[in-house]
Amino acid sequence: MSFFIETLVGGLLAGVMYSLVAIGFVLVFKASGVFNFAQGSMVLCAALTFVTLRDKEIPFWLAAVITLAIMVAIAILIERVVLRPLVNRPQITLFMATLGLSFVIEGLAQIAMGASVHELDLGIIDTPVKFGDVQVSQFDLVAAGTAAVLVAALSIFFSRTRTGIALRAIADDPQAALSIGIRLQSLWQIVWGVAGFVSLVAGLLWGARQGVQFALTLVVLKALPVLIIGGFTSIAGAIVGGLIVGASDSLAEIYLGNLLGGSVSTWFSYVLAVAFLLVRPAGLFGEAPIERI
Amino acid sequence: MDMFEWKRKSRMRTIGRALGLATMATVASGAAHAEDAKTQYFPLATFRVGAYASSGIPVWAGEIDYFRYINEVEGGINGIKLVWDECETNWEVEKGVECYERVKAGKNGSPVPIFLPHGDPISKALTEKSVADKIPLVTIAYGRTEAIDGRVFPYSFPVVFSFWSEASSAVNFIAEKVGGKDKLKGLKIATVYHDSPYGKETQVPLAHLAKTYGFEDIQIPVPHPGNEQSAQWAKIRQLKPDWVFLRGWGVMTPVAIKTAAKVGFPVDHIIGGIWSGSEEDVRPAGAVAKGYLAITPFPAGADFEIHKKLKAHILDKGLSDLKDPKSFGSVYYNSGVDEAIIAVEAIRTAQAHFGVRPINGEEAQWGLEHLDLSEKRLAEIGATGLQQPLKLSIKDHEGGGAGKVLQWDGEKWNVVSNGWVKSDRDLLLPLIYERAAAYAKEKGITPRDATN
Repeated sequence: MSFFIETLVGGLLAGVMYSLVAIGFVLVFKASGVFNFAQGSMVLCAALTFVTLRDKEIPFWLAAVITLAIMVAIAILIERVVLRPLVNRPQITLFMATLGLSFVIEGLAQIAMGASVHELDLGIIDTPVKFGDVQVSQFDLVAAGTAAVLVAALSIFFSRTRTGIALRAIADDPQAALSIGIRLQSLWQIVWGVAGFVSLVAGLLWGARQGVQFALTLVVLKALPVLIIGGFTSIAGAIVGGLIVGASDSLAEIYLGNLLGGSVSTWFSYVLAVAFLLVRPAGLFGEAPIERI
Repeated sequence: MDMFEWKRKSRMRTIGRALGLATMATVASGAAHAEDAKTQYFPLATFRVGAYASSGIPVWAGEIDYFRYINEVEGGINGIKLVWDECETNWEVEKGVECYERVKAGKNGSPVPIFLPHGDPISKALTEKSVADKIPLVTIAYGRTEAIDGRVFPYSFPVVFSFWSEASSAVNFIAEKVGGKDKLKGLKIATVYHDSPYGKETQVPLAHLAKTYGFEDIQIPVPHPGNEQSAQWAKIRQLKPDWVFLRGWGVMTPVAIKTAAKVGFPVDHIIGGIWSGSEEDVRPAGAVAKGYLAITPFPAGADFEIHKKLKAHILDKGLSDLKDPKSFGSVYYNSGVDEAIIAVEAIRTAQAHFGVRPINGEEAQWGLEHLDLSEKRLAEIGATGLQQPLKLSIKDHEGGGAGKVLQWDGEKWNVVSNGWVKSDRDLLLPLIYERAAAYAKEKGITPRDATN
């Protein structure tokens, strides 16, 4: 039984790590209806910038602030150069633009900062904590705590601040929001900036877990089923989706993998996502579009 | 046939003849170039961008530095200078195949002697093409293991250390640690592998070795890319193996080391495979990687004689391809040097037989199958200890089959095995030949005669 609990808890905590990446997608989707394919590249770019600064012996917090400033600058640049000319174009056009953007960010980040693998030490102790027979990773607990703080902060931002409420208005009906004087361009810059901040947090935690390297971009592969299950427009959904994906992957790997004689977690979460799509196309917490005909 | 039709056909015939003559002229001028060529073309399939660039960059540096050394200090291979250019594969099969197709005809009349695919999936995709084009594929420490049998795979050369030898040497190192092969009985050895054809390549030999020596063979797959392994290592904690053999690639290795530490598995009982045993694999894992072991045919170190020569003639003169001087003598850099040594020596062997001139693929195949890197020759090159002695033949495209075990001390790798740990090649070769024969039967290949 303790093995089952350990596998389950390990999976849930891994799921929170996926949620961290998924939240970045949700932010951009909520504000602009765009599935930002470049989110994984932004995670890589943020982590790579941070470790490059740290390698130059810049103190931790200063490096974090400079990285955040760079991510915000990138966000403003993306809005000016890529998104603004594409306003009112079909969403698939914007999606394709982010697809191209992801390759540009990955390429430029590697040209500017090199393709080497970097160690990233956040100073978080990574010895296991024992609860009876069950071992839990301290690092993963800290990551889960960080995700909780992030979700709480973003919830307050969206529900209590003027900017947050304006963002929700844009998400609900961009034309109506524009008609009452909400500035779409500056809000897009803000939301991409916040997505850059989330990328930095996700990049630091994933980078500390596996080293800062190109493979960071691959964590988005697991964020996709998280979004499908949790819904593209809900931060809480990203967390719940992450927990479901993490736990089911982990349990399937152990109990189903043995039966099938191979690893199953690559595709199992996608099977689960498709099942959710059939039953609840908008995801658990997503808003189903209602249109007047 | 009306007049118009006749005129059209006549015009087509004229165009056809003109094209035929032009082709013949091109072929003739190509042949003339091959005779005249004074340099040896050596295309390099590289991946300087993409997911695996960090592993590749030091390899090309090792290779290019050695080629430059041959050109600058030795004046080429018996006076024939090497020229190379790079083709970016991104470590992707389709781009690798495209590169091969682009370079296989040679350059400025100089033929391609050897093609280094630099990627297990690319090498497998090129197996049959290389036979048709008569260009040897040299896949050092990767590629199809049964290609050791050159009777069936005339142009594939998994030289030095196949994946089967890697598995067997790892088991033999464990035997060395526990006090002999008879002590393997009853041990549990878990292989945590990248769930891909590369990762599964050692399942057959390990099952065979487990049956022979009586240890329990546990196989645990990790899905690509391997950035989350909590389930796999929870299973390790449950099964309590005595040793873990880690066959990763890319990000899978540091995540495995970190997750092992999280579940409390001792890292000094994890033996990484060839592609889990570089500085790039352990550095991202940080302090917990201290004590981690890895088996490799490319021992790290910058004190070998050849490194002293490379430093004096290439690095210190600013001719090195290495951007980060810290990587000089790293596992990947040394793998590039090893690869270049084998290529150069195969060309040299072919030149001794066919004459001192640029060598083509067919001649390089002969050179490879008669390659004899003895202790004496290795000492002359300055590669004693870096490269194991090798003797290839039609029936043996591997030749070596041994690896050294390194241990990470937090800063650098140190050799901890008793020299080269040999694999049980005598035990495994019959199985390899059996599989090669099955491949020949499946593909309708008539094996070559190995008596010549």
